Amino acid sequence: MAQTYRSQLVDPLVDNNPITLQVLGICSALAVTSSMQVAFVMSIAVTLVTAFSSMFISMLRNQIPSSIRIIVQMVIIASLVILVDQVLKAFAYEISKTLSVFVGLIITNCIVMGRAEAFAMKNPPVASFIDGAGNGLGYGLLLMIVAFFRELFGAGSLFGVTVLETVNNGGWYVPNGMLLLPPSAFFVIGLLIWGIRTWKPAQVEEREYKIQTVEAH
Amino acid sequence: MGLRSFFDRIEPQFLKGGRYEKFFPVYEMVESFIYTPKTVTTAAPHARSYIDMKRIMTYVVLATIPCILFGMYNTGLQTNMAIAEYGASGWRAAIIETLGIGFDPNNPFANIMHGLLYFLPIYVVTLVAGGIFEVIFAVVRGHEVNEGFLVTSMLYTLILPATTPLWQVALGIIFGVVIGKEVFGGTGKNFLNPALVGRAFLYFAYPAYMSGDSIWTPVDGFSGATALAIGASDGVAAFPERGIEWMDAFVGTIQGSFGETSTLAILIGLAFLLIVKIANWRLIVGCLGGMIAFSTLLNWIGSDTNPMFAMPWYWHLVVGGYAFGLAFMVTEPVSASHTNMGRYIYGALIGFMVVMIRVINPAFPEGMMLAILFGNVFAPLIDHFVVQANIKRRAKRNV
Repeated sequence: MAQTYRSQLVDPLVDNNPITLQVLGICSALAVTSSMQVAFVMSIAVTLVTAFSSMFISMLRNQIPSSIRIIVQMVIIASLVILVDQVLKAFAYEISKTLSVFVGLIITNCIVMGRAEAFAMKNPPVASFIDGAGNGLGYGLLLMIVAFFRELFGAGSLFGVTVLETVNNGGWYVPNGMLLLPPSAFFVIGLLIWGIRTWKPAQVEEREYKIQTVEAH
Repeated sequence: MGLRSFFDRIEPQFLKGGRYEKFFPVYEMVESFIYTPKTVTTAAPHARSYIDMKRIMTYVVLATIPCILFGMYNTGLQTNMAIAEYGASGWRAAIIETLGIGFDPNNPFANIMHGLLYFLPIYVVTLVAGGIFEVIFAVVRGHEVNEGFLVTSMLYTLILPATTPLWQVALGIIFGVVIGKEVFGGTGKNFLNPALVGRAFLYFAYPAYMSGDSIWTPVDGFSGATALAIGASDGVAAFPERGIEWMDAFVGTIQGSFGETSTLAILIGLAFLLIVKIANWRLIVGCLGGMIAFSTLLNWIGSDTNPMFAMPWYWHLVVGGYAFGLAFMVTEPVSASHTNMGRYIYGALIGFMVVMIRVINPAFPEGMMLAILFGNVFAPLIDHFVVQANIKRRAKRNV
């Protein structure tokens, strides 16, 4: 084992975050971050699915023929997602309605498939479980940060509790309607990536092109 | 001269190794604002031209002067006319009364003064808020602050409604400067028009303050729809009964943002830009062509349910932000296409999109802002295909 379990769990939070560094799982990050509550449930769901699917795939990794491995992975992931979906429908019906298709779409979340392909197929089950959990948590952490800004400034509340009283309810805060629209998550995620790469310059990629230097004036 | 020698005396402090080395961009900004930039290109090739960045930007600001003056006049005129009915309130009215200017809509001076009291706070806030962020980026990134920001701030002010709250003005220009320009590397590297990015931010963030009937004239209780809103609900035929003749829309005494109402003032500015060769005429031709062709096509198709289908091109030209965008935004050299063929296509794309959004999209009565941003995004792609086509054409010659 090159990495310790601890570093496997902690690395994906900032240093190797699936959203800000690998730029995976953006689609659902845009869709479910307009309120913190929904984002929180989604984070838990994705973390569980990634962790357990990695573990199960890792257990079967020596039995899976390479030519049909994607299909086998999908079967495992899909079963777990259906399980999560049923649990949500049973115990948190309102949130499950808000999340609508995005729970089902965890199946296609690039992070889940990415960890299965890149890690679980080559590593033992415990390591795969921790790696999956770490990446799920990294995804969840970013989701929560984005949702914090979007809900606070877009609706003036956190977890549905009013923090900034909006004008419509007789307060002073004029909510920023753009933050409730999904595209605004692009701006928030973009600014976060900017911030993280300023903090940790090692994450900055090399340029794919060279800017010609013109004689400055 | 005293000032020149003052600059010469303090300059070493800002150069490399000086005490305020970091603040060179600030020094450079003030110095080149007052004097001609003294640096010259030292590397070959040398193309001699009277034009430099400072002159381009200054010319554009000069070209907006008719719009500014008429915008202030019209804002004052609309306000004073509404005041006659609804009464005056607020600090601006207090100042006007103290100065004894009065609220007579027939007195051009009173109108301009009243308009100025709306224009000036917005403009000052734009300059200060956007300027602070320009300088922060210039100091941290070590590039220079140039006159481009004067253009951005002026255009931004001119496309805002007079009632925009000042904190929104500040938020919008900061967003425009940072996201529309500085993240891509500053002036000359912005593929979107920063003024429009700021306006679009406000439009989506605070739609209640950026569209509707009660925001164009800053008098409580007054409600006046823009010509486009009337057109969308009742069609062109309703204009005369709502008091809008074509001449009114052309001269500009209608509801709208500061600078966009008067097509006449805009055309004066555009003529100036064309004469000094800052605006490229191909962009204008493309944009007019696209708009005229597509709106004529829609007139010809017709619709029973959507009255906007019947709006002829000469109305599209004078209502809303079309003329302003055509003169000052479509022609912006950085965000437009850079090849001559590409300029026709780019202009036509915007002309087509503006009619498309105005007529066929029910959510947005005005389409110029979105059409130009759409065009901005496509400009590099258009250039790419024009260049590729040229390469192919020339390769065929050389068999």
